[in-house]
Amino acid sequence: MTSDSSTRSPFSEAQTPAVSVNIEGLSKNFGDLVVLRDITLKVESGEIFVLMGPSGSGKSVLLKHIVGLEQPTAGRVLVDNRDATDPATREQVRMALVFQAGALFNSLSVYDNLALYPRENRLASEDGIQEKVMRALQILSLEGKAQKFPSELSGGMKKRVAIARALVMEPQLMMYDEPTSELDPIMSATISEIIATLKDEYHVTTIVVSHDRDLALNIADRVGILMGGKLAAIAPPAELRASTDPRIQDFLNPRIDLKNPRFKHLET
Amino acid sequence: MKQLTNICAGIGSAVLLLGKSIGHAPTLLRQWPRFIEQCYLIGYTTLPIVAILSFFIGSVLALQAGYSMQSFGAKEFIGSLVGLSMARELGPVMVAILVAGRVGSAITAELASMKVYQEIDALETMNIPPSRILVLPRLAAVLVMMPVLTIIGDLVGWLGGAIVSKYTPFIALEPEKYFETLRRFMKFKDVLNGLEKAEVFGFFVVLVCCSIGLETRGGPREIGASVTRAVVVSLILILVLDYFVTKILI
Ligand SMILES: Nc1ncnc2c1ncn2[C@@H]1O[C@H](COP(=O)(O)OP(=O)(O)O)[C@@H](O)[C@H]1O
Ligand SMILES: [Mg+2]
Repeated sequence: MTSDSSTRSPFSEAQTPAVSVNIEGLSKNFGDLVVLRDITLKVESGEIFVLMGPSGSGKSVLLKHIVGLEQPTAGRVLVDNRDATDPATREQVRMALVFQAGALFNSLSVYDNLALYPRENRLASEDGIQEKVMRALQILSLEGKAQKFPSELSGGMKKRVAIARALVMEPQLMMYDEPTSELDPIMSATISEIIATLKDEYHVTTIVVSHDRDLALNIADRVGILMGGKLAAIAPPAELRASTDPRIQDFLNPRIDLKNPRFKHLET
Repeated sequence: MKQLTNICAGIGSAVLLLGKSIGHAPTLLRQWPRFIEQCYLIGYTTLPIVAILSFFIGSVLALQAGYSMQSFGAKEFIGSLVGLSMARELGPVMVAILVAGRVGSAITAELASMKVYQEIDALETMNIPPSRILVLPRLAAVLVMMPVLTIIGDLVGWLGGAIVSKYTPFIALEPEKYFETLRRFMKFKDVLNGLEKAEVFGFFVVLVCCSIGLETRGGPREIGASVTRAVVVSLILILVLDYFVTKILI
């Protein structure tokens, strides 16, 4: 049933066209701080694009532009050929962002966290909502946690709940902000598997911000590396591994050198 | 100069938030449970402290009035004095100050922490405006609860005054006399004016506290700073509004 150009719903047979993301000459300053400089990038519909880069290089800011939480200083972002800053875009294209810290609603149970979106947007009856929520929890093996509160969950579970909450939105575009940071290696691998599985089964366009090399090199269709506000490289993982650019090699395989430690010549 | 622009920006965002929330007013009916929860938080939790403080304010008023009036034998007017001061001025102002300290600070802390931990961003990406589910129910609830709290404050204050007037040796005014002058010199309009004031104070306190909470930027440290700012701004606002609203109502 899956065709290459449409997203399947996790909850029904419904299919919607997968969306692409076009970033055209995007620059962003916060006052004097230049965070993004003239970034141009196209994420194809149905691909997994992994964006890597050092901390503070502007990865989260880039994601916020795609969901329309930040306004570009220059350039524009198109999601499914609609301007991301236009509030109507969010109504026409279903996008979900899994925030780095989860951003679960602390005052609501896991069940209510997942049910909030369909309830508030009146997308289904309470029975229909329950069905969706339980299905999303089941996909992420969280059935037993419906009545727990976020404060009662471990880090890995919070991430999975956050992913489940995004899934309930039946997204055409799914974004993850550092989904494996702060997790142990096994849980990181689990999350990588979840991301790849969701993309395979439902064919959602997926953008992952991460500096998890295993995740990037194993599940990405293409990897972009953001450095100093610019894209230093965009390439499939295999090409990236073979890259001869010393900055990229150093970022992907940093050598721990105690004779000539890096922190001694960091610019301040 | 920078402070002036900050104040203007603050007023701007509060006005904007007000507009957005009012725009969502038709959704209030289906947010019934949230509205009831906020009524409970605003009304029920502030009630004990409103009662205690009103009682003592009424008592002190009676004591002071009795002390200054004993020399010219006008002590039966204590009732009207306590009654009018409570209803027109002290009741509404005191309830507003308590709401700012007890409820406003909690609102700012909650919204600021939701902002800092990106829950607000998450709501935006889910197409759920914070003004609709977080601000509107609180504004509606405070409009309902302020008159209730103020009337209870007035009644308890009058009662406090009556008790002190009866049992203080140098006053020794019988409650019948006390309430007789209270009724004779006070019109329904006096109580109503007080309730209108309370309504205005409560509404703007909650609006400002919501706005300051949602405008919080930065990390967890800023939550505390926002709460302090919200309480200070609320207190100033109450007293400034008090002057202008009184002038209009008189
Ligand atoms: N709202 C903001 N106001 C000011 N500076 C910001 C804001 N958001 C992010 N920044 C700055 O932008 C830079 C990039 O941040 P971010 O995108 O979070 O980095 P990362 O790549 O680690 O996700 C950082 O220096 C950060 O301080
Ligand atoms: Mg980040």
